Amino acid sequence: MRARIAAIEALSPAIKRITLAAADGTPLPTASAGAHIMLAIPGPGRVWKNAYSLVSPPDARDRYQIIVRRVEPSRGGSAWLHDHAAAGQEIELAPPINLFPIARRAAKHLLLSAGIGLTPFLSYLPVLRGAGQKFELHHCCRHAEAAAFTALLPGTGEAITLHSSRNTLDVLHLLARQRLDTHLYVCGPDPFMVAVLGAARDLGWPEAKLHFESFGGATGGAPFTAHLKRSGITVAVAADQSLLEAIEAAGLQPPCLCRGGACGECALPVLGGVPEHRDHVLSPAEHAAGDIMMTCVSRAKTPELVLDF
Amino acid sequence: MDLIVKPAETFRGAFTARNSDAAILRFPFPFNEDGYMYAVNIEPHVQSGPTAAYDAVFDLDEHYVGECEDRAMVLEEDPLRCQVLPHMLDAEWDTLELLMENLARDYPALFTLTKNGDAWRWVNKPLGLDQSFIFGKTETLPYPPFEYITRQVQGDFTLQDHRDDNLFMDGGMVTSQADWSLNFDLGMSFHEWHGPVPLAHELGVFDRALQYLLRLQNGKPVRRLNWTLTVNPRLDTSPENYPVWGPDRLTITPDNVGEKMCLRVELQTLTRLPRSNAILFGIRGYLIRLEELVRVKKWAARLHRVLRDLPLELADYKGMLRYRQTIVDYLATFDDGAVLNSGTAPEQDRL
Repeated sequence: MRARIAAIEALSPAIKRITLAAADGTPLPTASAGAHIMLAIPGPGRVWKNAYSLVSPPDARDRYQIIVRRVEPSRGGSAWLHDHAAAGQEIELAPPINLFPIARRAAKHLLLSAGIGLTPFLSYLPVLRGAGQKFELHHCCRHAEAAAFTALLPGTGEAITLHSSRNTLDVLHLLARQRLDTHLYVCGPDPFMVAVLGAARDLGWPEAKLHFESFGGATGGAPFTAHLKRSGITVAVAADQSLLEAIEAAGLQPPCLCRGGACGECALPVLGGVPEHRDHVLSPAEHAAGDIMMTCVSRAKTPELVLDF
Repeated sequence: MDLIVKPAETFRGAFTARNSDAAILRFPFPFNEDGYMYAVNIEPHVQSGPTAAYDAVFDLDEHYVGECEDRAMVLEEDPLRCQVLPHMLDAEWDTLELLMENLARDYPALFTLTKNGDAWRWVNKPLGLDQSFIFGKTETLPYPPFEYITRQVQGDFTLQDHRDDNLFMDGGMVTSQADWSLNFDLGMSFHEWHGPVPLAHELGVFDRALQYLLRLQNGKPVRRLNWTLTVNPRLDTSPENYPVWGPDRLTITPDNVGEKMCLRVELQTLTRLPRSNAILFGIRGYLIRLEELVRVKKWAARLHRVLRDLPLELADYKGMLRYRQTIVDYLATFDDGAVLNSGTAPEQDRL
């Protein structure tokens, strides 16, 4: 869907908040706390598809807000949003998807974030407060950005603690003193996630109570080519495109149904190359054999695949 | 969408419910080949398909008023047919919003929804309702939000909570079911409530279907068809009421099989709900008497072949062993053995 950039605010030298509205002014789809949207960001020669957590309240249908840190070196997406995006511009947006939802049966929610990883929790807070749910948020950031994050966290008090210098957050102690029906949510840079989740597992927290932002099931990956032997053509599969989409873009009509790696309809025999399997249909033995693959989700470990199609 | 709603008919007692020619031609016939076996037959729920039953997000037809009245009677006798666990309140409002917005858009002559911030007004002309309420405030509606809106839509609904990498049936409105019980299944996980289905577990169907549904995305609903046979056009074939409808199964004879035996098809839709991240499962049932169905030549011949060759376990699970041969003998008279095109479209414009 088309969106229009309604406002851009600098929260710190490297962090901007961007407000989007539907280009035609209609209400946006309702989101849920923890949801993200995908933005198609124009770049030289190609389009970047980047996911950003929504920080606006889930019920707000007049706007979507995201917070973007300028990444150095940037892949292209965040640099464009920081340097070229301007209010009034239109941009392509994919509707919200939630891979990081609130666990509704938790008696208490323990939220741990670092840096820009705070963003999904900004949509949690109005929902948890509105439902009167017990929660505790600990956010870690650089000292230089403490003011920016403090401004994003109104009502800082017993439930919300900002840690802007090293070693003020004792993760082990924090996790050890939680009641048994607490759920843990973690979002931040990889080393932070590994440290927090590792501590929780060491303390015996069950997996069902650990939640972390994950973009599993994504269709993207390294580009490759596929030679379709019977059709006599070769298609280039871009990083943000599925093999199925690339075959369709070449004007062919390959078999497909669910487009999610579950039904098995799009299976094609592999004559050459090594597939990278991402489906839920084939058995581990079939994955290892590598002579059949699901084109809707699976990709390639080798630069080229040869398919019987 | 044009929709002419019949005056009330009955799906019990005298069974006055019948399908018009138009209703027969829009029936979602489920068999695209001459044989049937379980598969993960899920596809995107786009608003087009082999018949007009696929044209709306939530399909209504000429039986709308009669089915809503039958639901009200079932709930009067047994309030446990509608239950929602307390942690699903957001999913209740999600359902109300989804159904009201879609019905008002797809059937503007029958329903209107007016919003002024959180102050909403819902007008349902066929049922004569005009309700103003505050979205999010349960006390401003005559029933809780899920029950309020599903009393006004054809088909059963269940609410699935998504947690622990699984789906849990934590709510539902189930009054026109093919012999399963919400009160029994409430709170069960995906594999638990599918426990009684034969063969499919061994095929891995439920493992794959669950993985697929856990990835179901907002704004991208999917659908599948399921089917069984029901004696008389009776909506409420529940385990709770088995003493009421079970004896009907003994009444099938070669003389009445065409009139009494019905093919029951469920157009099942799965929609991710936006606030709650729950999944709404719609089970929109259609009943067609065999004597109505055989007026479509292709469907008559195909149903004959499917039922004749159905594996024994499936025929047993679907409860048809007692009268399967009677049905097959009846349908055989409409099957000349000619090769049929694949697909489910009726391939005729009139009867």
